[in-house]
Amino acid sequence: MAAINFGFSISKPRAINMDLNNLNKSDEILHEMPELQSCIGCGSCTAVCTAGNLTEFNFRRVHTLVRRGEYQGAYEEMSKCMLCGKCRLVCPRGINTRGVVMLLKRKLGDF
Amino acid sequence: MRAKGNSWNEYQKFIADDDYYYGRSCIRQNFFPGSEKAFLDIMHNDLGKNFYDDPKHSSCTGIGYHSDVVPLETTMTVVARQFSLMNESGLENFTTSCITSFGIYTEILETWKEFPETEEKTRENLYKATGREFTIPKCMAHTSDVMYHFRGEIGARAKHRLINVQTGEPLKVVDHIGCHYAKIFPKAGVGGSEFPYVLAGMVEEWGGECVDYPERRHCCGFGFRNYLVQANRGYSIANSHKKLESMAPYKPDFIVANCPGCSMFLDRWQYTIAEMEGTTYGENGHGIPVLTYEEMAGLVLGYDPWALGMQMHQVDVEPLLDKMGIEYDPAAKYLGRNGKYIGKPASAVVNCAPVDTIYDMKQ
Repeated sequence: MAAINFGFSISKPRAINMDLNNLNKSDEILHEMPELQSCIGCGSCTAVCTAGNLTEFNFRRVHTLVRRGEYQGAYEEMSKCMLCGKCRLVCPRGINTRGVVMLLKRKLGDF
Repeated sequence: MRAKGNSWNEYQKFIADDDYYYGRSCIRQNFFPGSEKAFLDIMHNDLGKNFYDDPKHSSCTGIGYHSDVVPLETTMTVVARQFSLMNESGLENFTTSCITSFGIYTEILETWKEFPETEEKTRENLYKATGREFTIPKCMAHTSDVMYHFRGEIGARAKHRLINVQTGEPLKVVDHIGCHYAKIFPKAGVGGSEFPYVLAGMVEEWGGECVDYPERRHCCGFGFRNYLVQANRGYSIANSHKKLESMAPYKPDFIVANCPGCSMFLDRWQYTIAEMEGTTYGENGHGIPVLTYEEMAGLVLGYDPWALGMQMHQVDVEPLLDKMGIEYDPAAKYLGRNGKYIGKPASAVVNCAPVDTIYDMKQ
């Protein structure tokens, strides 16, 4: 505990350190769903998302973090998905986004 | 294809040899009160140069401008008044002690160049407000540019070099350039924003060795609004924290900065980090001393460290003075002008957490 109360503390960095993160799960996910590598991050999936309209759910953000080894909270986030499939209809790369949701839930339940 | 050696010429700037109008910094005289006097003493007494320290000179309003409380038009008019004062004193070269002022002057000169109508409007505003007129300076230099320009002359008069007298090795120096020096207008600084050489040139000329660490170009975190609002200070200190974590493995002997804010925050945040987390970044549990370039030049020229105002630093500088072989009177540290006792700060973790500090903390 600080001896002096300064009224603020050192902000933690939000940088993602790829060297420290364990990418095993991410590699497993890519192995099972290689089409995820063709994502261009356009955000169409998030723009049309029914769940995202009602909650803070952001499909692009979560799967991008998972690709970088940031698994914390990904399972809970993916549970917000209603599996309506609108994201799949608009994806310019034709990625099976519903399949990605189910895969992440299957792989990341422990995190 | 252009010869490789010639590209460095693009990173040089014109720095006049003599006859400057001197602009002081608002905050520097409180943070490091001996530095501006040391600069003028070095220029007048050691190098015999003409610098006019004008009592009529005012703030450039840079702090207000970067905190969104002073509009740019007002800042332009105030800057125009400084140029008018320079004309009044018969000088054509302007040098300022503050990096933010330097950034402000550079930004305004560029604005006037790109948008001549803003210069006309400023002339009109200044005339209406004060009846003054002005001409643009021939040379706009930061005082670190001037010190860099005369680094050879200062080196020739050196009484101490940036060398560890115990080992004979060059001192390892972290040079930190203020963001407003060259990151806004790279051509305005020696070496531009990518290869700033203004401090490195002094360090190398006087015998030291610069540390090239990963976060060398990172901001110190001052950033005005980042610090002025208490809730944002966690972000401000995180920047200094990042730099200190990055430089510590290289075991630097000291940090030198050319910006009032950077010198202040790299010094004071070390105290804060030590009190918050117990972490220090220098040798033997000390912090890393932080110097202004005037203090560095003053030590090289043999000035008394207490006359340079080095007792005002949060991180004690004595370990560095010992390394450089500089004699000093420990008993005179807290004696101000005329030998009057100015008070001694409480012990701090950053200065090695001596027993009395731990005792104080328990209290």
